[in-house]
Amino acid sequence: MVYFLIFISAIFVNNIVLSQFLGICPFLGVSKKIDTALGMGAAVTFVLTLATVVTYLLQCLLVMWHVEFLQTILFILVIAALVQMIEIVLKKVSPSLYQALGVFLPLITTNCCLLGVAILVANGTNKLPMGAEHNLLTGTLFALATAFGFALALVIFAGLREQLSMNKVPKAMQGTPIALLTAGLLAMAFMGFSGVV
Amino acid sequence: MKTLTNGILKENPTFGLVLGMCPTLATTTSAENGMFMGLATMFVLICSNVVISLLKNLIPDKVRIPSFIVVIATFVTVVQLLMQAYLPPIYEKLGLFIPLIVVNCIVLGRAEAFAAKNSVGLSALDGIGMGLGFTLSLTIIGAVRELLGTGCVFGAHIYSEQYAALIFVLAPGAFICLAYLMAAIQKLMKK
Repeated sequence: MVYFLIFISAIFVNNIVLSQFLGICPFLGVSKKIDTALGMGAAVTFVLTLATVVTYLLQCLLVMWHVEFLQTILFILVIAALVQMIEIVLKKVSPSLYQALGVFLPLITTNCCLLGVAILVANGTNKLPMGAEHNLLTGTLFALATAFGFALALVIFAGLREQLSMNKVPKAMQGTPIALLTAGLLAMAFMGFSGVV
Repeated sequence: MKTLTNGILKENPTFGLVLGMCPTLATTTSAENGMFMGLATMFVLICSNVVISLLKNLIPDKVRIPSFIVVIATFVTVVQLLMQAYLPPIYEKLGLFIPLIVVNCIVLGRAEAFAAKNSVGLSALDGIGMGLGFTLSLTIIGAVRELLGTGCVFGAHIYSEQYAALIFVLAPGAFICLAYLMAAIQKLMKK
């Protein structure tokens, strides 16, 4: 039951984009079409889960050697290397999957939801429902659920923007402002979930 | 001089280039928080710009991006430790977003687009200009949200709290506030 609540909490109640403000850049950047939004969501899900597991284990080493201050440098390097490695492996093992996700992989390194979630889980400060302990299993589930939340927000937003592009928008509001306003209304809708878990 | 004002007005990171949106939305719950976030980013921006322009001839072109990231991450760690020591309450509030300066597009963007091609002096000026522009926009957004959300600016009471709309301090208010500020600036700039 607790594991189910982790999913509800991370996808709806504490949605990474709309209430935690992580990963806004891809949220505004690659949300013009539903297809690209789905691709980006899938790529983030894949990398985020893997990166969180790896960085969680590395954090144990950092704590063991008392060099916690190296966290930021180490994590960003590990994530960059990991993304590169996934790209190479995917190219060899599954060319079809690589074709679908390939373009999005380099963009993911500078996606702040990756480093953000890695740091949150490694420090044990991620928001979990009552009764859940901070360990590798809940951390991994949290990362997976967060990535689903990211993909969900991205796809909904892309759907709204596809409709929006057909409408007339006042000149001053064109481009980023109207997108931000849409995101604001979406965030308001997601606020309705607060208190569920 | 042109390099300095470029970052503040024409290529303002937030309103002109639309970079670094995550800290812009997340840390501007009050004018004070926005200002400190901007100052922390400015420090990293200036230091990394200077060091990268000093090292630009030593770094091979192929490993350019990873090297830049290491330099930036080093200065972010410096800021993190300094803030933990001297400004613990602010550090507590900004929390996760201090280490996340590493992945702020402005810092890497300026390193790549400016510091890797220009002299040390110019790069430092560019860092100061961009940093001031970012700090200024964050402070303005923070002040507007604080005023609408709690009736204060920098903690000083302007009007009674009971008329304030708390939503502007919460997540949706951030998006809506930035949207209207950006629209207003677009309108003013066109004239």
